[in-house]
Amino acid sequence: MLKNLHEAAGCPLGKQTEGPDAKGTATELAALSGLAPFTYGLEYSAPARGGWTIVHIGMLLPESHQVFVCAQSCLRGVVLSAAELNDSDRFSTITVDEESVLDGNCEEIIIEGITHILEGLPKLPKALLLFTSCIHHFLGTDMKLVFGELDRRFTQVGFVQCWMNPIMRKTKMPPDPFMRKQLYSLLRPARTDRRQVNIIGSNLAIRESSELYRGLKENGFFLKDICTCRNFEEYQEMASARLNIVTHPLGRPAARELKERLGQEWVYLPVSYDWDEIGEHWKCLSDLLELDWDCVWKSLKLWDIRKKAEEALIRLAHMLEGWSVVIDYTASSRPFGMARLLTRYGFRVDRIYADTISPEEEDTIAFLKERCPHILVCPTVHHKMAVLPRGLYEESGGRVLAIGQKAAYFTGTPHFVNMVEDGGLYGCGGILELAGLMQEAAMEEKDTGKLIQVKGWGCFC
Amino acid sequence: MKRINRILPVYAADISGVCSALYELGGMTVMHDASGCNSTYTTHDEPRWYSMDSMVYISALSELEAVMGDDDKLVRDIVDAARNLHPRFICLGGTPIPMMMGTDFKGLARMIEKETGIPTFGIATNGMHSYVRGAGEALRRIAERFCPTADELEEIKAGMGQMGKGFPEGPGSGGARLGVNILGATPLDFSLTGNVSGIRKFLSCHGMETVGCWAMKSSLDDMRLAGLADVNLVVSAAGLPAAMELKKKYGTPYVTGTPIGRRTALRLAGLLRLGAGTGKNQSLFGGEASGEGVSGLHHAGPCIPGLPDDLSRERVLIVGEQVIAGSLRCSLREDLGARDVTVLCPVEGSESMAEEGDMLVWDEDEAISRIGRSTVVIADPLYRQVCPKDKQAAFVDFPHEACSGRMYHSAMRPFVCGS
Repeated sequence: MLKNLHEAAGCPLGKQTEGPDAKGTATELAALSGLAPFTYGLEYSAPARGGWTIVHIGMLLPESHQVFVCAQSCLRGVVLSAAELNDSDRFSTITVDEESVLDGNCEEIIIEGITHILEGLPKLPKALLLFTSCIHHFLGTDMKLVFGELDRRFTQVGFVQCWMNPIMRKTKMPPDPFMRKQLYSLLRPARTDRRQVNIIGSNLAIRESSELYRGLKENGFFLKDICTCRNFEEYQEMASARLNIVTHPLGRPAARELKERLGQEWVYLPVSYDWDEIGEHWKCLSDLLELDWDCVWKSLKLWDIRKKAEEALIRLAHMLEGWSVVIDYTASSRPFGMARLLTRYGFRVDRIYADTISPEEEDTIAFLKERCPHILVCPTVHHKMAVLPRGLYEESGGRVLAIGQKAAYFTGTPHFVNMVEDGGLYGCGGILELAGLMQEAAMEEKDTGKLIQVKGWGCFC
Repeated sequence: MKRINRILPVYAADISGVCSALYELGGMTVMHDASGCNSTYTTHDEPRWYSMDSMVYISALSELEAVMGDDDKLVRDIVDAARNLHPRFICLGGTPIPMMMGTDFKGLARMIEKETGIPTFGIATNGMHSYVRGAGEALRRIAERFCPTADELEEIKAGMGQMGKGFPEGPGSGGARLGVNILGATPLDFSLTGNVSGIRKFLSCHGMETVGCWAMKSSLDDMRLAGLADVNLVVSAAGLPAAMELKKKYGTPYVTGTPIGRRTALRLAGLLRLGAGTGKNQSLFGGEASGEGVSGLHHAGPCIPGLPDDLSRERVLIVGEQVIAGSLRCSLREDLGARDVTVLCPVEGSESMAEEGDMLVWDEDEAISRIGRSTVVIADPLYRQVCPKDKQAAFVDFPHEACSGRMYHSAMRPFVCGS
């Protein structure tokens, strides 16, 4: 039972028994203007924790050890992320205190600290991810000096410069894409294998339901992804790929860097919930791999998959007549695209939770504005979201299907598809699997509170 | 080596302590930070976050605002939110970057209060100390800011008497039932396992009445009446600054200790009466009974599963917050006959509550070495990973929210003796 803290009297601004109004926390698509529809000030943090942190991303690098150099408040979250993964033995910290800031010897503290840590480990790691923080950013800590000395002391260890500097999250290179980029910084030039293709910049491996694996295998190619690398050697083999495919928008800086440094070609083929776009992606990939597109299309039986998925979606939409569907931005990098697909087959999408909108979805929004102008777009971090009622599930008689953890939390529904970052769904097969996941979510109640508070959904560790 | 943790965790930080202490009081707490402190607090340090709403926010400081020193935006954002949310007070807490920027929390609080009329205070935490300091300062500020002066309190008491309210034969009236404030109760030390109810029950069983519990399951209004208490019970180090403030304001004495184990709890109840009677502060630690060994009384010992029956020959190490760990030490001696018990306090501790051999300054290598030399280790399960596997030392799980967060919630049991 949630306690209504506003029942308390005593605020000089007046007694408020009803809680705050919802003004500023929802806008109909028809009235939406721009890609940042909400005004932000103080921010709320919903207890949905499936999104990956930089610790989870760093753990993808096999045989690596992470060291965070931060103040205690910053260390706390990452330390427990590692502990919850049962990976504390791959994780160490150097605490920044007032004395180290005032003395101005951060470089020395880091160098000696890392040396102490490495000398005490049972075995030297292949890679060490060194995370410094906002403080070092402002202090102007000489990281070139730090890495130069560490390289000299530990020639067998590959050092990776990482940042935990959320103060940069509103800049062109926030910590998340920077981290995804740095993961590949230890790849060294290698002879190109014309049969190898990489997935770059994703946190979750593409699921077997996708036709991508079959499409590549049937044409003599194989796929590498850091998410499935079991050791450092396999990771190094990624340097041999002829082509890097990026499916997540935040993975693009990584691919650009690899093109610049290793000369690897890359292509952005994002997760899509649009049949035509998926077809275009396949056509593009076929051209880049010098394959006959028509043959690929036929051999993969893409029409059949699409037909099955469409039938499943129509059946489910019929079954869920009268239900509200709500989607959030953590479930998919294309929440509006997903909404467009679902409305096309008869689902009633009522809400989309997204604080900002990707420019990639502008066309989709234009389409939805015309066809579904009453869909509500809602924020997740607006200060009122901390205290507004989360009762859509009860109000609608228990007929709310959420896709994503935040959508489930804000509507209070136990019927939800538990996934983040598109959950590894990709291509036509991904849409077919999504239909199955939605059906499963509609049929069974989940323990929302328990599931959404788990950090790093699907983390392999 | 100082500052290095090769494997052991760090504890909840000062800013989390501030938020935790003020959580249930109907105020708005703003962490002045870019991001991260809020999700860390709400994920790992705040077990109430999913089930109980509270107005805890982050200012979402950006690089540009930090470089330009744009405090106006912060003030504007807080004022806007306060106009929508109507908090009873506003608390602004700091993190590392505001420390670097030299943010004037006092000045900002004054500006916000002037604009909203809502009592506002700033706490210049910097994320570089433990929750003990943050929670302690937050509770002290409540005492300083919201508890009436002694004269005003007399008027309130008179008013309560006329309206037939209050404690006719209890707190502050010189009657038989002593009125007690519980100071320093936050989930970071006591979790949500029933410890706080246990402390209230302990008081009730000994003929005492809880005036206010700082700060779980009591409202700000309850806490404002703290001056009605005859004596204050400091159950964790986070309660000490408020206890000192209340002593200064009303002359109320305080007793330091947590009711753990029956004999220790009994002694604590006696100290509360003694404190109330003499007006002098008392403490469980260093008292006459703390060296007395009584074996074979396991049923009366602390409620911590896995403790050996006889500790008389063991070298025991307790890792934890100082007041709780110190109280547990008393119980191990008084209830289970332990002789050799040391405390390793990984957060801020005081020499005055320590015994010779206790460790108050964190050093991971030294901590691991002490764990290796002990035959019984009572600590958060995260310390298991440095317990030598080849030794026959007994490791007793004593999960601590401020250490492992939510990881061992299912294994947590109330450790307070409710009688």
